[in-house]
Parts: sequence; structure tokens; C-alpha cells
Amino acid sequence: MTLWWIGDVLLIVVLAVVIYLLHGVLAEARSIVPSIRRIAGAAKAGSKDLDAVPLLLTTQDQVIRTVENVANYGGSLDVIVDDA
Amino acid sequence: MPAAGVVLIATVVLIVLALVVYLVSTIVALRQITNGLDDAIAAVGEIIEKSAPVNEVVTTINQNLDAAVDALEGLLVKKAGMVDAVGLVDGLYPGAAKEGFRNFPESTSVKAPRISEVYTKGTLTLARLGREAPIAAASPSGAAIRNEVLASLSARLLYPEGRQSRPEHMPRSPVIGTDSPVQYEPSESPGVRKRFAKEEGSPRADSSTV
Repeated sequence: MTLWWIGDVLLIVVLAVVIYLLHGVLAEARSIVPSIRRIAGAAKAGSKDLDAVPLLLTTQDQVIRTVENVANYGGSLDVIVDDA
Repeated sequence: MPAAGVVLIATVVLIVLALVVYLVSTIVALRQITNGLDDAIAAVGEIIEKSAPVNEVVTTINQNLDAAVDALEGLLVKKAGMVDAVGLVDGLYPGAAKEGFRNFPESTSVKAPRISEVYTKGTLTLARLGREAPIAAASPSGAAIRNEVLASLSARLLYPEGRQSRPEHMPRSPVIGTDSPVQYEPSESPGVRKRFAKEEGSPRADSSTV
């Protein structure tokens, strides 16, 4: 009979340890969730910011045209203005 | 059944319940983490895909701009000479003379002349219009020609002294109307004042002497 009671006490101790450990695991898992949501939000915002990247192709074309015009004006100035 | 057996069974049941509750909650939290990571990975994939051509495009733009800068610097040095070119650039962008021209390493050792000694004031003003260049910074000893802070004062100085800088010393405008302190007699004939009519009728001092 005494052994039965000793077993009961041991089981109660085991129950307390199990609850303590599981509670710690659950708390850590739940603390990760907000961080993951913030990371996902930042990644989506970064992806949205890059929606204007295709406009760089237009910028590239405009730069090429502008440089061509500048080169034409420079060539004309080179002919018109005397050297120093 | 003995009391110890009942306690034993109850304890085992409690352990199983605790395991179920906590493990299910942990599974739910891990599932949320998985979903969040899936979203983040998808967005990161989009970022990588969208930013892939940026490097090539920006490199091309920089190459074209470099070519334009090289050509313009060469043209400026060829037409204006090294000293004047450095002075002009330093006048437009104060402090730029220290960096010099990229294709002319000797330009860093050129002492930039004061731009007002090379070009006239009008040329300098025309060159600076539209560039938001702080003219006062280029010539700190002189008056600011175009400055965001001093612009209103510069405009006031174009008008006669007293009217703009000290308007409180100007005489006040006359009070008119029936209640005005100075009353003028109404004219009998429109357009002719009484005192002028009297003067015309009386002999003038200078006419009597002639």
C-alpha cells in the first residue's frame, strides 16, 4: 500500500514537470509568431517597393537619348566656340 | 479499489490531458509560423525576381552618364582652359575644385580663380539661374544675388530708400470725405478751382513790372 502512495507522489511530480516543460515550449513557439508576421510584412512591402523597377528601362532609354543630344550639342559647340 | 489506485488513475489522466492541451497549442503555433514563413519566402522570391535586372540597367545608365561627363569635361577644358574651367565649376558648385575633373588629374592642383574675376556678373547670374546654387557661399564677401532667405530683402533694395525699408516714416495718405479734417471749397465751374480763378483775374506781380 505504501508503494502505491509513493507511486502517486512520483506521478504528481512528473505531472508538474511535464506541465512546466510544455508551457515553456508553447510560450516560445507563440513568441515566434509575431516576429514571423513582421518579417512577412516587411518582405511584402519590399516587393511592392520594387514594382517601379521596370521604369528603369524607360530611364535607361531617356539617358541614352539625352547623352546623344548632349553629344550633338557638344559637337556643335566644339565647332562654333574657339579653343582656349 | 483502494484510494491510492484512484489517485494514480486520476494523476495519469491529468498527465494525458496536459500533454494533449499543450501539444495541440504548440502545433497551432507552429502552423502559424509555417504559414508566415511561406508568405515571407514568397515575397523574398518576388524581390529577387524584380531586382534581377537592376544591376545591368543601372550599370548601363552609369556608363552613358560617365561618357557624357567625360565629353563635357573635355569640351569645357578644351574651350575654357584648365584654370577657367576649374573656376567655373567651382563657382557653380562650391568646393568642387578640390575633387577636380576625372580625366584631368592635374586639375586638382589648379587653384580655382574667383569666378567674378573671370566672368562678368551678368554671365555669372545667368549661369547660376535654375541651378539653386547658393551664390552667397561662392562669394561670401559680396552681397547675395539670389538666396532663398535674402531674396525679399534684395528685391526691396531695388526700390527707393524709405519706401521699402522704413515705410513707417512715410507720410500717411490724406483723409478724404465729408468728415475729413481739411475741407476744400466746391468749385463753381467744374474743373476750375476758386483760387486759380482769383489768380487769373488779379494782376500778377511779374506782369506789372514789365
